[in-house]
Amino acid sequence: MDRGPDLWMEKLIGRLLRAGVMLATALILTGAVLFLARHGGERPGGRTFHGEPGDLTRLSGIVRDAAGMSGRGLIQLGLVLLVATPVARVAFSLFAFTAERDWKFVVITLVVLAVLGYGLVAGGP
Amino acid sequence: MSLLVWGASLVAGLLGALTGLGGGVVVVPLLSLVFHVDLRYAIGASLLSVIATSSGAAAAYVAEGWSNLRVGMLLEVATVTGAICGAALATRLPAQALSVVFGLVLIGSVALGVLRHRDGGEPPGDEDRLSRWLHLSGSRPGPHGRVPYSVRRVPTGLGVMWIAGAASGLLGIGSGALKVLALDRVMRLPFRVSTTTSNFMIGVTAAASAGAYLARGFLDPALSFPVVLGVLPGALLGARLLPRARGPALRVLFGVVVTVLGVEMLYQGFAGRT
Repeated sequence: MDRGPDLWMEKLIGRLLRAGVMLATALILTGAVLFLARHGGERPGGRTFHGEPGDLTRLSGIVRDAAGMSGRGLIQLGLVLLVATPVARVAFSLFAFTAERDWKFVVITLVVLAVLGYGLVAGGP
Repeated sequence: MSLLVWGASLVAGLLGALTGLGGGVVVVPLLSLVFHVDLRYAIGASLLSVIATSSGAAAAYVAEGWSNLRVGMLLEVATVTGAICGAALATRLPAQALSVVFGLVLIGSVALGVLRHRDGGEPPGDEDRLSRWLHLSGSRPGPHGRVPYSVRRVPTGLGVMWIAGAASGLLGIGSGALKVLALDRVMRLPFRVSTTTSNFMIGVTAAASAGAYLARGFLDPALSFPVVLGVLPGALLGARLLPRARGPALRVLFGVVVTVLGVEMLYQGFAGRT
């Protein structure tokens, strides 16, 4: 089967992925500099698991912390953007398959998006 | 401390790319055994580095037209479903159990690596019905224009991909070796199409687990930033060096290191020292 029509899609997806990773890395780097300036010598993570403070486990809290130029908040926002990059790629494929009128793949892509949404919004089962 | 974690992650990403096992398989035991980071934080940080590496590398491969986007999307139905189940299990299991499973997976991946041998080019053969119905077969870049190939045994491929997704969600790894196995050996895609399509799928698979990890506090920014910023350039550098580093000595050395890490993870799990 000729995959010619997919080639334009591949170029755009490549650009989308690169932009997402670069923006996320820039945010993480900025947050890291701020964080290290304040807590340079501390042990990351730690031997014991205590979960994260509530505001770093929800998107609204992360955005609020990042807007307040908190190092951890900026890093966490960059990490969320990193996670969002492949999801955006799937969402973009949905438009591309629709444009190609490839309805079987529109359905397949919708299933992948639905499972991703369930995992990301509800945190899975 | 952050600098040491960054350096170790850089090396882990480099070795992961050079051996085809992926950074996560190396970085999790390293953080857990050497830096005594709680296994759940290590798994969370590793998952994020896996997403970064997949997207960063895919940006280059996809534009070159190697990855089969249709096969990738279909199989992602299986990997994201598996990943959600794996992540649900990871947030409920005690760290000791995770350590034991991780040890077994490490030893298993070495065994897979030893067993892996490539038989030469496959002539285009029979597609299966599902493959024909969904137009999965594609073409790859060749010296004289694009070369067509066909896709086989899609249902078995979907089954293996579900397991790969579950392992990814449970252990915060990319499961690249298992994904390549499904694409290359089961579905008979050309090897380079298999590796680039697998890499492409890893990010989406890992993103499915990230929600559960975030909600349960597995994602610690202070640990994640040196790991992500280390593994990503390490892996990209490794991918660039790969064509020039084909010595079997490297594979053997790395196999021994990973086996030792696997045994240590098993011991840590059974001794309850997580």
